[in-house]
Formats: sequence, structure tokens, C-alpha cells
Amino acid sequence: MTTASGATVPGSVIELSGIDRDFQLGEQVVHALAGVDLRIASGEYVSVMGPSGSGKSTLLNVVALMDRPSRGRYVLRDTDVTALDDDELARARREHIGFVFQSFHLVARMTAFQNVELPLTLAGIAPAERRARVTRALEELGIADRARHRPDQLSGGQRQRVAIARAGIMRPEILLADEPTGNLDSASGAQVIDIMERLNREQGVTLIVVTHDAAVGERARRRIRMHDGRIVADISS
Amino acid sequence: MRTIDLIRFALGAIVSHRMRSALTVLGIAVGIGAVVLLTSIGEGVRQFVFAEFNQFGTHIVAIIPGKANTFGMAGATVNTTRPLTLDDAAALARVPDAIAVVPTIQGNASVEFGKRQRRVVLFGVSHDMPAVWNMAVRSGRFLPREDFRGARAFAVLGSRLRDELFGDQNALGARIRIGGETYRVLGVMESKGQMLGFDLDDTVFIPAVKALAMFDLEGLMEIDLVYRATTDANSFRDRVKAAMIARHGHEDFTINTQDEMLDVLDTVLNVLTLGVGALGGISLLVGAVGILTIMTIAVTERTAEIGLLRAIGARRAHVLGAFLVEASVLGFAGGLLGSTLAVALVEFIGVVLPQMPVRTAWEYVGGALALALAIGVATGIVPALRAAQLQPLEALRAE
Ligand SMILES: Nc1ncnc2c1ncn2[C@@H]1O[C@H](COP(=O)(O)OP(=O)(O)O)[C@@H](O)[C@H]1O
Ligand SMILES: [Mg+2]
Repeated sequence: MTTASGATVPGSVIELSGIDRDFQLGEQVVHALAGVDLRIASGEYVSVMGPSGSGKSTLLNVVALMDRPSRGRYVLRDTDVTALDDDELARARREHIGFVFQSFHLVARMTAFQNVELPLTLAGIAPAERRARVTRALEELGIADRARHRPDQLSGGQRQRVAIARAGIMRPEILLADEPTGNLDSASGAQVIDIMERLNREQGVTLIVVTHDAAVGERARRRIRMHDGRIVADISS
Repeated sequence: MRTIDLIRFALGAIVSHRMRSALTVLGIAVGIGAVVLLTSIGEGVRQFVFAEFNQFGTHIVAIIPGKANTFGMAGATVNTTRPLTLDDAAALARVPDAIAVVPTIQGNASVEFGKRQRRVVLFGVSHDMPAVWNMAVRSGRFLPREDFRGARAFAVLGSRLRDELFGDQNALGARIRIGGETYRVLGVMESKGQMLGFDLDDTVFIPAVKALAMFDLEGLMEIDLVYRATTDANSFRDRVKAAMIARHGHEDFTINTQDEMLDVLDTVLNVLTLGVGALGGISLLVGAVGILTIMTIAVTERTAEIGLLRAIGARRAHVLGAFLVEASVLGFAGGLLGSTLAVALVEFIGVVLPQMPVRTAWEYVGGALALALAIGVATGIVPALRAAQLQPLEALRAE
């Protein structure tokens, strides 16, 4: 595979070309994304920064297959996903992508264990294997003793760790996080970032973190800046 | 997703919204309970009326004078209606498979014994009456078998009449006077109680020929014929019709079979049960609206949850399935609760107040359960479709 500059990108996992995303707001059309080209290689650690309303979340949602671009091409691991139907998109989300939300989005009536188990259940995996995998994930994230607790019995940091465990339980190759530390104090925020970096380092997961916290953004090896729906800087160190 | 996990997921949602689920189940239970209860009353009335009518045998046809109009009532519309005679009755007794015949006259008469006197219902009949009308003689014997026209002046008393006239005296062999003529008492009937307001024991039975003369009638009011149980009702009826036309020249009479009379009755009573069931259906409708409301609220409340499920890879079918399971479980649970309570109540009444005409209508219980399930599914479909239609992002934003 070759880039526009002719260099070879080994194992490019995400390939966006000419991506637009328009929103109709009454009479007005908002160009949340305008001509975004982006290639991300397998195992990269990317942060996305930029002012509020610059299109960071929209970009992440498109990458996460939760939103369809208005125009452009998105190739995910050799598959043109712009052509997939609804059920195929659901399947691709389940198998390839883990998503961590700013507001956790745990199911309130379920225990931490059940929340982490949910993607495995949806994938039709047998209970014995589910149990083993969830138990291991909770141990790795240091919340094994909270397995039977419901979200309202957990601290914010613990909730986000449950959410990360859920995002990682299907062993996706891509982990996306939209302001994952936005609702956390700095200590738990640091822990959460640390856990995600470990997944990137040790399991080779491709990690993209949207943040407006410069300290968090600076940690990534590749840093993207957005403005008015465009990528205005893309710096690798 | 495995089916068992889908069901478990739906049950989890039901259990976690205890109050709301309980109210839904209650709404359906009340509706289904009302259907079962009301249809059970209908069924009870039906069985009660049938039992009353079946006191008379079912292998019976009645011939009455005059051609029936379309409403099954005899009318004097044919100008040349000949009266039913005792000779007609004697001829009908000879129709193949006829095993008993009762020429019938009914009227009111005053019966005297010594200084006592009582007005009763008088039946002019024949020897076969107890067998045909399913009545029994308590003491003595019934009218003897003899030629209809030459029958002698014997009388048999209903039990009430006997008690009123004779007290603790012996009635058998006594001479009583009816309509100015003297009769000898041959027997006393077993008590039959009341039917539709008539006291069947305040009666006297004499030969039809005597009653004809006493009331100065031209013809009989009715001839009852009993046929062999193994005989086909329709072919017997045709034979009776042929025999009568042979005697009268044309069809100036009406034949009613017990089966036909019961059929009409059955139809009427079934309509009654159905109507009563429809009343219950209205309360069921209220329950259904309840489920619909609650499922709609559930979808709205759980929009974010639905969005999350879709975001982590649930297909539309999963969401649809979960909500459908939830609604049908609620519907079925309500149906089960309602019908169980109603059946228990009906059976309890049956034990404590056996005279109440209430009988469990089992075929309606089954139907009511199926209906409850159907209501669950039907009212679940709209909200479930709505839930499945949501885009994951829009749904997530609902929080
Ligand atoms: N569902 C939507 N409907 C209308 N406008 C939207 C919608 N989502 C995002 N936008 C608009 O798109 C632009 C980019 O939004 P977003 O990607 O959320 O920015 P960021 O995450 O960088 O703050 C903003 O102007 C926002 O108002
Ligand atoms: Mg945002």
C-alpha cells in the first residue's frame, strides 16, 4: 500500500479519503467534516485535539461506524465500509471496534460483570467462555472485586475502567475514546489513560483518543489538530 | 445472540422495572380475568338451561296443529287446518321405530275431594306419559294402556295436589270429581319441583279423550312421539310427516324435534356467552392500551440503552427481539394470573354455592391466554420497531 507521498504504510487499518459529514440544521447546512483524508496504521497511538465544535467527535463516530459520512470513502482493513448495510455495520462494530464514551454509558440495571459481558453475549459466545474472559479482563483492570456492583455503586474512575473492559473484551484492533477523562478527576483520568496506553503497547491495539486536555494529547506519538471540520496539523514524533 | 441470552436480557429488564411490570401484568390480568369470569357465567347459564330442558328425553318429536311460519311458531294461516285427533295419535304410534305416543291436552280445572277443592293444571294424556316426559309414579300406577277413545275415568295426581286434597288420608282408590265427572285415583306422581315458574306437582293427569270432552275441544294441542334411540332423527321425522300427510291430505301441522329446539336454544345461549365475553374484551382492550403505553415509555426511557447496545454491535433484530419477548412475557403473565384467579373464583363458587349457574368455560380460558399473548406481541411490535429503527448515535444522545 502506498501513501500520497509514495511511502509504504505497513498494515494501514483505517483509510479515510475525502470524507464530508453535513448536518442539516433548519435552513443551514453545518459541515462538521469537510474533506478529511486520514490513514492510520495498525498499532498507532493517535490523539485528536482542537476547539469545541471542530468535528472531533464527528470524526470519531465516523471511524467507529456509528455515523455514515455524507461523501467520501472509508476503507477499514481492506473493506469499503461505506457500502455496508445496517446489520453488517453492527457486526463490524462488534468485531473490530471498541468505543469509550465520555459519560461511560453503562447499563444501569446490570452489574459491572454483566456490562463487560454484553458484547460477548451479543456475539453469541457460550457462557463458560464469557465468564473466563470477563473475569480476566476485570482482574487486569484492577476491578475484579467490583464485579457484582452496579454502576451507581462505583466511582467515576471505576466506571470508566468497566467501560474500557467492555470496549476491549472482543479484542478489537481499534480502540476509540471520546474525551474519556472529561468526567474524571486528574488521578483517575491518568489511570484510565494509562490502561488504554497499556492496551496499545502490550496488545498492539490501534488507539485514537479525542481530548481537549493538552497534557493527555501530548502523550500520543501522533497528534492531529482539527479546525472547522478539517485536519489542520498532523504531527508524529 | 443466543435465544436464551435474549430471553434472559428481556427478563432482566422486566425485573428491574418491578413496579411498571407489575402494573402491566395487573392490567392484562384484570381484562383476562373479566373475560374468563363473564364467559363462565354464560357457560353456567347455558348448562343450567340445558339441564332443565333435558328433563324431557331428547329422542322426542312434537306434532302441533297448523303450519309453522318462518319463526317456528304455529299459526292458523292455512284455511283448511284439520284438528289433531286421537286417531292421528293412534296412527302415529304405528310409525316404524315409534316406541311411545302421548296425545296431549292442557288446561286448568278444579279438582274436588269431599269438601276440599283445588284449582290445578290438568293434563289429558295417555299411558306413555311418564316414559315420554321423564316422570315417575311414586305410588299406585299410571293410567292403564287402553284404546285412546275408550279410555275410562281414571286420574293420577301430582304430589302437591295429593297433599293438599288428602293430607294424611290414603288417596289411592279414592273418588274425586273433576269438571262434574267422577274419576278414580290410580296413582300419585313423584315430585318434580318447579320449572320456569310452574309447579309441576300441582297437577292432575287424566286420559286425553276425557280432557277433550271436558274442555269441549275439537282436537289435541300436541302429540308427543318418542322414537328408538338408534333411529336417525331426520328420517324418523320424515316418516312421521308422510304418515300425517297421508291422513290429512296436506301439511297442516308442524313437527318439532327436540334437537331443533335445542339447536335454537344453543345458538341463542352461545350468542349470549359471546356477548358477555365481548364485554370482558373491552376491559382487555384497556389492559392492552396499558401495555402499549408502558412499552412506549420503556422505549423512551431506555433509548440510551438501546443506542449503547447498537453501538457495541447489537443488530436491529436483537433490539426488536428483546422488546417483543418483554411484551409477550408481560402479556402471558397477565393472562395466566387473570385466568388462574378467575378459574379459582368460579370453582370456589361452584363448591360453596353449587346452585349458582357458573361453570368454567375452558375453551374460553385457552382462548383468553392466547389472546393475552397476542396482545403482548401486538402492543410490543410498534414500540419495538421504533426502538430498532433508532440510529445508534441519536439513541445514545437521548441521555
Ligand atoms: N447531530 C447533529 N446535528 C446537527 N449538528 C451537529 C450534529 N452533530 C454535530 N453537529 C455539529 O457539527 C459540528 C462538529 O461537532 P462535533 O464533532 O461534536 O465537535 P467536537 O466534538 O469537536 O466538539 C458542530 O458544529 C456541531 O454543532
Ligand atoms: Mg465532542
